[in-house]
Amino acid sequence: MIGGLFIYNHKGEVLISRVYRDDIGRNAVDAFRVNVIHARQQVRSPVTNIARTSFFHVKRSNIWLAAVTKQNVNAAMVFEFLYKMCDVMAAYFGKISEENIKNNFVLIYELLDEILDFGYPQNSETGALKTFITQQGIKSQTKEEQSQITSQVTGQIGWRREGIKYRRNELFLDVLESVNLLMSPQGQVLSAHVSGRVVMKSYLSGMPECKFGMNDKIVIEKQGKGTADETSKSGKQSIAIDDCTFHQCVRLSKFDSERSISFIPPDGEFELMRYRTTKDIILPFRVIPLVREVGRTKLEVKVVIKSNFKPSLLAQKIEVRIPTPLNTSGVQVICMKGKAKYKASENAIVWKIKRMAGMKESQISAEIELLPTNDKKKWARPPISMNFEVPFAPSGLKVRYLKVFEPKLNYSDHDVIKWVQVPLPLPPHISVSSLLLCCLPFAPAPESRSGPSTLQVGLVE
Amino acid sequence: MTVGKDVSALFPDVVNCMQTDNLELKKLVYLYLMNYAKSQPDMAIMAVNTFVKDCEDPNPLIRALAVRTMGCIRVDKITEYLCEPLRKCLKDEDPYVRKTAAVCVAKLHDINAQLVEDQGFLDTLKDLISDSNPMVVANAVAALSEIAESHPSSNLLDLNPQSINKLLTALNECTEWGQIFILDCLANYTPKDDREAQSICERVTPRLSHANSAVVLSAVKVLMKFMEMLSKDLDYYGTLLKKLAPPLVTLLSAEPELQYVALRNINLIVQKRPEILKHEMKVFFVKYNDPIYVKLEKLDIMIRLASQANIAQVLAELKEYATEVDVDFVRKAVRAIGRCAIKVEQSAERCVSTLLDLIQTKVNYVVQEAIVVIKDIFRKYPNKYESVIATLCENLDSLDEPEARAAMIWIVGEYAERIDNADELLESFLEGFHDESTQVQLQLLTGIVKLFLKKPTETQELVQQVLSLATQDSDNPDLRDRGYIYWRLLSTDPVAAKEVVLAEKPLISEETDLIEPTLLDELICYIGTLASVYHKPPSAFVEGGRGVVHKSLPPRTASSESAESPETAPAGAPPGEQPDVIPAQGDLLGDLLNLDLGPPVSGPPLTTSSVQMGAVDLLGGGLDSLMGDEPEGIGGTNFVAPPTAAVPASLGAPISSGLSDLFDLTSGVGTLSGSYVAPKAVWLPAMKAKGLEISGTFTRQVGSISMDLQLTNKALQVMTDFAIQFNRNSFGLAPAAPLQVHAPLSPNQTVEISLPLSTVGSVMKMEPLNNLQVAVKNNIDVFYFSTLYPLHILFVEDGKMDRQMFLATWKDIPNENEAQFQIRDCPLNAEAASSKLQSSNIFTVAKRNVEGQDMLYQSLKLTNGIWVLAELRIQPGNPSCTLSLKCRAPEVSQHVYQAYETILKN
Repeated sequence: MIGGLFIYNHKGEVLISRVYRDDIGRNAVDAFRVNVIHARQQVRSPVTNIARTSFFHVKRSNIWLAAVTKQNVNAAMVFEFLYKMCDVMAAYFGKISEENIKNNFVLIYELLDEILDFGYPQNSETGALKTFITQQGIKSQTKEEQSQITSQVTGQIGWRREGIKYRRNELFLDVLESVNLLMSPQGQVLSAHVSGRVVMKSYLSGMPECKFGMNDKIVIEKQGKGTADETSKSGKQSIAIDDCTFHQCVRLSKFDSERSISFIPPDGEFELMRYRTTKDIILPFRVIPLVREVGRTKLEVKVVIKSNFKPSLLAQKIEVRIPTPLNTSGVQVICMKGKAKYKASENAIVWKIKRMAGMKESQISAEIELLPTNDKKKWARPPISMNFEVPFAPSGLKVRYLKVFEPKLNYSDHDVIKWVQVPLPLPPHISVSSLLLCCLPFAPAPESRSGPSTLQVGLVE
Repeated sequence: MTVGKDVSALFPDVVNCMQTDNLELKKLVYLYLMNYAKSQPDMAIMAVNTFVKDCEDPNPLIRALAVRTMGCIRVDKITEYLCEPLRKCLKDEDPYVRKTAAVCVAKLHDINAQLVEDQGFLDTLKDLISDSNPMVVANAVAALSEIAESHPSSNLLDLNPQSINKLLTALNECTEWGQIFILDCLANYTPKDDREAQSICERVTPRLSHANSAVVLSAVKVLMKFMEMLSKDLDYYGTLLKKLAPPLVTLLSAEPELQYVALRNINLIVQKRPEILKHEMKVFFVKYNDPIYVKLEKLDIMIRLASQANIAQVLAELKEYATEVDVDFVRKAVRAIGRCAIKVEQSAERCVSTLLDLIQTKVNYVVQEAIVVIKDIFRKYPNKYESVIATLCENLDSLDEPEARAAMIWIVGEYAERIDNADELLESFLEGFHDESTQVQLQLLTGIVKLFLKKPTETQELVQQVLSLATQDSDNPDLRDRGYIYWRLLSTDPVAAKEVVLAEKPLISEETDLIEPTLLDELICYIGTLASVYHKPPSAFVEGGRGVVHKSLPPRTASSESAESPETAPAGAPPGEQPDVIPAQGDLLGDLLNLDLGPPVSGPPLTTSSVQMGAVDLLGGGLDSLMGDEPEGIGGTNFVAPPTAAVPASLGAPISSGLSDLFDLTSGVGTLSGSYVAPKAVWLPAMKAKGLEISGTFTRQVGSISMDLQLTNKALQVMTDFAIQFNRNSFGLAPAAPLQVHAPLSPNQTVEISLPLSTVGSVMKMEPLNNLQVAVKNNIDVFYFSTLYPLHILFVEDGKMDRQMFLATWKDIPNENEAQFQIRDCPLNAEAASSKLQSSNIFTVAKRNVEGQDMLYQSLKLTNGIWVLAELRIQPGNPSCTLSLKCRAPEVSQHVYQAYETILKN
């Protein structure tokens, strides 16, 4: 199991050091600093073995978190734990920075004592931890409160405490999707997949039972067996989900057997599920990049975006990011719509459009001046990326229902105010939008690069 | 926390603060104690009282805190006082205290194992597995698993169907970490039959949708392991395979560090069960913002998944990667293109042209890497792509890495006859001979010797120069030895040298860096853990006794053997009753059995790199002929070695297989010669040959083949001027010396002659394969006759494959090439058969007993380098045995079978 846990700043100074096992000596702290943090080359692996001691590290801004062990531990678990540790710290004091860590070191030691015992990860749900590890000192607890804490920490529903009360029971549901797309120069889609997340914010009293339904093909087909009629109607509406993973509150065995998603949600924000689809993806935009080399020190870039959805719908907060070469000296941009700016610090032209209706087209053209360079260092050619909000999910995912049921407090499903940020045939007063991120290849896709790669070639030489 | 200052001097003052009601302060004091108690053991005693008191505190949080901290204080004196409070806490009413106490037992065990056993804590811990609270169960499982690791023999985690059921119930209820502990523990269990395995799998599969990747990987581990026990015909088996792919793909959208762990594991899974991910190639395409360690791992998996179906896509990707920024990644991509060429024959052409394009870029490391892989492509497809040599030679000067230089020298040497200025090229390398690395020196030596054998006239000087450089001026024993061998070969018999040095090379394997099957099986048992990340067994990086328990996959109960023969062991025999698989070498053969009936596996696990194989082969060959040389000396006809005298008696102990075989032959089965010799038969009756009767047979003795002839003159006149010639034949048999009949053969006189044969004559496929057409001339006329030679005279002495090679080759040869024969009336037991066959150079690689049948796995090699693998099944009491042969050239099987029959029956 985990033998020790160290937190370093960017210089390699130890901020936190907690050793759980005797086999981890004091020199382990230095070994990691010397061999990894101060190493001359780039880090080639997140797992390092130095003198029979294994170090797992993750980096958050310029803070290094390292777990140390001498045993054959479950490596996936160690990394999951380190991420969790980051989440917990962020939940307690916000951004993980050197200053925040120094200001909260008593808290961090307390947390480390609680969530890692002899190197075994213990309950690390912030909801539960916050009941008895606080930043404001300990409130004196009554005996009932104490036993409530312990039963919650060890109980089946470790992520939620009992006795939560809200005057207004509210529920927010966001569907966030990111589309990854690979296109050929002819505009043909080579591969596309959507990875989506369903994020929920729950402010509900008591221990509510929730049931979440979406237009999962398997479920629809199962139900459709009875009424053939319905199948034909909803057949197109359903989507085939390649795979999904759930927050630990979801009853997995129930999903496995009935494919229904039922759970008691943690209080506050959490990620209910992640999913991946590859079939029948609706692409809301098409991006057509054109790159022309004008001599050795000049590039002309033209990018056209076409919205590809019903004219009645509206896309919002569109942001297109066009990467520029590292030796760019100046950029002139002309765009028909929105605002565009060259951001030297980010090596990109950022083009923002507030609103755009469906079936419209807009373009930007830019002249990029390059410094003549014989720098051998290559440019990694990042792809064009795009952010926007549209009132539908590219995967076609729809929320069919979200039921809430609280057996004790007995508030009914209708009393809950639900905010679902993806269109669904439920309450009418819903703000509709879905953030999604579209990555288009500028260059590094196979067979897609005849245009963009000229950009590349011109720069390297 | 203390900014590196030693604050142990404050110990008494701090201990005084212990009895506070402020929980936060208490925690800090405890933290201080954990850090400094060891340096102040006497003072630590002062704290004991408070600990004991705190363990009885009404607040469960304080009770737990006290017992948790006490376990962390590693002072012997304190541990004694820990026992009583711990015992109470293990039975505490509050689950939070119990789960903390469970871990405390593991802590105490780490300090004083004996104490834990004496105090009976282990039993209490075992009881906690049935606790009502899932978290207590999980911690108890974790603690027990760790304790059990340091006591491999003890049956601490007494897993049985009941306790497994409890664990599976707890699995649904406990935290993500608890699920990991339980799944890891389940993976150590061996179900008693396939039904149980299936029911556990069914209850574990829902975990594949968990958001925590570690839970998913641990579930994959359990499934991969138990799947081994399921019969492949089951519907469930197929369902399970299908269920495994999506979660594995989903792992690739996790954070990069986890992706890395996942990819290392997927690498193992792809080797073990390629069918799971064979359609998922695209997800392993590299993203531009992947960290380099993820990119490299993805590339590795891409090569493994490459097949004819997806090669076009893969190649397009690889070509793109070859222009990337990171040097290591680019190199690997270039190498991957070469691997694709070797793996997927249809793509070879495109791969080679891609490589040539890359060479044109003149980027130094790309060129070097390309040359290294092109060398392998030449080995795989001889006489196909040599047109590119000219392009390669242009880049000679830019090569500065040993591997690339060695590869280039190999190419020049190998194709010396096609490169006009080969001698100049090699000479240019020779100038800085001593500054080169050993790899290049060895290659240069071999290259120049090859060149000399091909163009002897112009290069004599060069070869002498390199030989003297290698033998006189070098300190490297390898180089010197190789130099001496060449020197000797060249000076005693250039023909033999040619045969050795320019021998046809064995095929190179299609796959590289495959993990050896036993290790792979072991690593599958460690999915998710560090061992699977390092691809090393835990014993390689864990100190001491911990974690070195050797794990292995459960045996297949409803196994493939039983599918073959109806009278099988009852499905569900516990592992102890399984047929014992050669203990020393692990279960290689167990694997073999599984493998050969399994679905076609895209890549066989193999083997040493081609360069090494070449070297070994070379030395092996050289040595053999040297041994043959010795007694006969300078006579020149070194292939007629008198058998017994050849081997000095003092060389008793067999050293290597090659050598020991030589000794086996002489001490062999009673005959002088090793191989079985058929009695002489009349080949040419007197009436057909104007009075000359020829009868004869073939023998093989100590590595040389000879034709024993008996010539009888039945005519009335004296016969003289004998000569013999062979027509071209399948194996290139040719007389190695002229037929020497010293005196004229007078009427009614008989003379016995042994005619040495070589196998370097010209080759033509005959029908039947072993047909030999002979012409004999004397002063009267020329006579023609044909005869069939037994194939076993062609079985060479170094025909013993090592086990892994055998396994890999067996897998590699397609099933269509397998031929099965019955050998009737051969009442031999396995030992006798094995030794009998061995004297004819059929070597038993491994032996195994399955359900009362003896299985012999044998290999043999023909003079032209064709390997034949055999499985001989002998059933005691049954006079007939079954022979299965696998060979890349299936036409020889029939004749090998005949050879087997002849040998076994005589």
